[in-house]
Formats: sequence, structure tokens, C-alpha cells
Amino acid sequence: MSTIQNLTAFDPFADTGDSEAQPTNYIHIRIQQRNGRKTLTTVQGVPNEYDLKKILKVLKKDFACNGNIVKDDELGEVIQLQGDQRVKVSEFLTTQLQLPKKNIKIHGF
Amino acid sequence: MSDLGFDPSLKKKKKSKKTDESGESPAPESEGTPAVEDELFSGLKKKKKKSTKAFEMSPTPGEEDLSSSFDDLTLKKKKKKKSTKTTADDFEQQLEEAGIEEVPAEATEEDGNVSSGGFTYEELLSRFFTILKTNNPELAGDRSGPKFRIPPPICQREGSKKTLFANVQEIATVLQRNPEHLIQFLFAELGTSGSIDGEKRLVLKGKFQPKQMESVLRRYIIEYVTCKTCKSMNTELKRESANRLHFLSCKACGSTRSVSSIKTGFQAQIGRRKKM
Ligand SMILES: [Zn+2]
Repeated sequence: MSTIQNLTAFDPFADTGDSEAQPTNYIHIRIQQRNGRKTLTTVQGVPNEYDLKKILKVLKKDFACNGNIVKDDELGEVIQLQGDQRVKVSEFLTTQLQLPKKNIKIHGF
Repeated sequence: MSDLGFDPSLKKKKKSKKTDESGESPAPESEGTPAVEDELFSGLKKKKKKSTKAFEMSPTPGEEDLSSSFDDLTLKKKKKKKSTKTTADDFEQQLEEAGIEEVPAEATEEDGNVSSGGFTYEELLSRFFTILKTNNPELAGDRSGPKFRIPPPICQREGSKKTLFANVQEIATVLQRNPEHLIQFLFAELGTSGSIDGEKRLVLKGKFQPKQMESVLRRYIIEYVTCKTCKSMNTELKRESANRLHFLSCKACGSTRSVSSIKTGFQAQIGRRKKM
């Protein structure tokens, strides 16, 4: 029992949860605008132990959109999906693949 | 007929005048020259009313005026000290008196609680905080003060494919950040590119609503502006030349934290395909 009540409310020395210890772990979900109202969702950094092709197949069917896998020299394989699928992808990654939510970063507006 | 129609209004005015100002007597003149004079007087009357109202009102907010006029901290301090002294003296005296009698002691104690110039402790406390809030809101824990109020992003459409972000410069200065840094973040986050026009406005490729811009700005502020220790926005972004890392140092509490550099990440090929 601490007598100082203020300290229990907010611990300034607690881990903020965004240490740069494992920077490669992040999954980035981004959006890009194409011509007109069309958009493109990219998923970068899905761990290697997952089969991207199978994931893509499921995603395409679930979201009813087209998509493909692009190989990037530095960033590895990236899933591209048509339309704004950011929230749905993050939902899929957390519920189906049991990936921690704090490792997923949704970018864009 | 016209006279008849005219008369009642005159009477009314007379009545009201009588009630308002008993000193003046413009009644006979108004009878002689009806229209213009009346208008004039009505104006006058209004003025009079206002002034009288002000007079009536003034006594009630007098206390407030007084309290707000105690802007001078030293003055206030003096006052407080004085009052506490007097109360202490009074209390001692009353204690001496209380040594003899018991019944008036309670009364004096109550007096001690309430008095010190007719203010209760609660009143003094609330007065202190209102004065502090008006003079320096930062000390009162109000972070949404005018200093750190971020103006809403102004986004205009430029043609059909581009967006003009008119007040990047302003927002960057409010956040105490290099506009280049903010723009770089916007590009990375929105997955687009753009340029700065002659009036230092940002031209972005793609259509963006102010609301979307706001959410991106919010993320920028969380990432690169607020101090995670004390949540202050009064921070500075420095680049250490030795290790080329960005550090966020707080001007309010002095804590420092490293900040990740802006990464654009994967950019999909849009439009024309790469030449094979
Ligand atoms: Zn701080």
C-alpha cells in the first residue's frame, strides 16, 4: 500500500510499450490513393512463418477484392489488396493469426 | 383620426419617461414637435436606460471586479498575509477570552473559519484558481491554452487530383517542429508525394479531407510532439549528430526519449508499370 496516491494513477517510469528493441516485428498496413476514388492497401512485414499465398487467398475471398503479392528487395514480400481493407486486415491478423495488436501499425488517414 | 392614433403612443412614452427619469420634463416640447423630437428622445431614453441599468448592475459585480483587479500577485499575497495575521491575532485574543467563558468560544471559532475579509476558504480557493486560470492557464494544468492550440488543418482541393494543405507552416510552428519533418511524415503516412508552392503551402497528390488530415496530425503529435512522461506538448526535437538519431526532449519536465525516424516503407507501384 503506497501512501502517495498520485503515483498509483500514472507511473512515469513504466514501459511506454514502444521500445525500439525489436523494430522488425512491426506489421505495417498502409493505404495509397490511386486514380479517382480507388485505393490500395499494402500489408508489409507479415512474419515469414506464415504462408502469404494462403493468407492472400483467404483475404481475397473474405473481403471480395483482388490482390497480389509483391516482392520487395528490402522489405520482403508485401500483400497488396484493392480498396481500403486496413481495418479488416488488422482484424484478420489479430483474430485468425493471433498476432499481437501492438505489433500492427495502421497508417494513413 | 391621426391625432387619435398618435396620442396613445405619446402617452405611453410620457409614462415610461416618468417612471425612468423623474428629473427631466420633456413632455411639453414633445407635444409641439412630434416626430423628430420623439425619435430623438426615444434614443435618449434608451441611453438613459442603459446607463441606469449599468448603475444598478454595478454594485453587484463589484466584488468580482475587485477580485479580478487583484491581478497583482504581490498585492494579493500581502492581503492574504494581513488577513491571516489579523485572524491569528483575533484568534489569540479570543482564546484568551475563551479562557474565562466557554459559550462564546464556539462562536469565535466559527468566526475564524468564515472571516478573513468575509471570504470562506472555499471562496478564496476558487477565486485563486480563477485568477490563475485567466493569467497563466499553464500553471493551472490547462494544456489547451492559447499557446498550444493547434489550428484546424485547412485543406482545399486543387484540381481534381491534388489537395492544398494551406496551413502546414502555421501548424508546424505551433508544434515547434521543422515543417520539413512534418511534411515528410505526412508523405510517408498518406503514401503520397507532393511539393510546397510559392506561399509555403503544401500540395499533396490525392484527395484528402480536413478530417483525415486531422487524424494524421494527431498521430504525428502523439509520435513526435507529446512528452510521454508528462504529456506536455512543449517539446523540442533534436538530432544527435553523433548517432544520427532523433531525440525528443521535454521543455516542461526535462525528460528525453528517442524517436523513430520516419520510414516511408513499402510504396506500391501506381499507374504506369515499371519497364521490364
Ligand atoms: Zn515532459
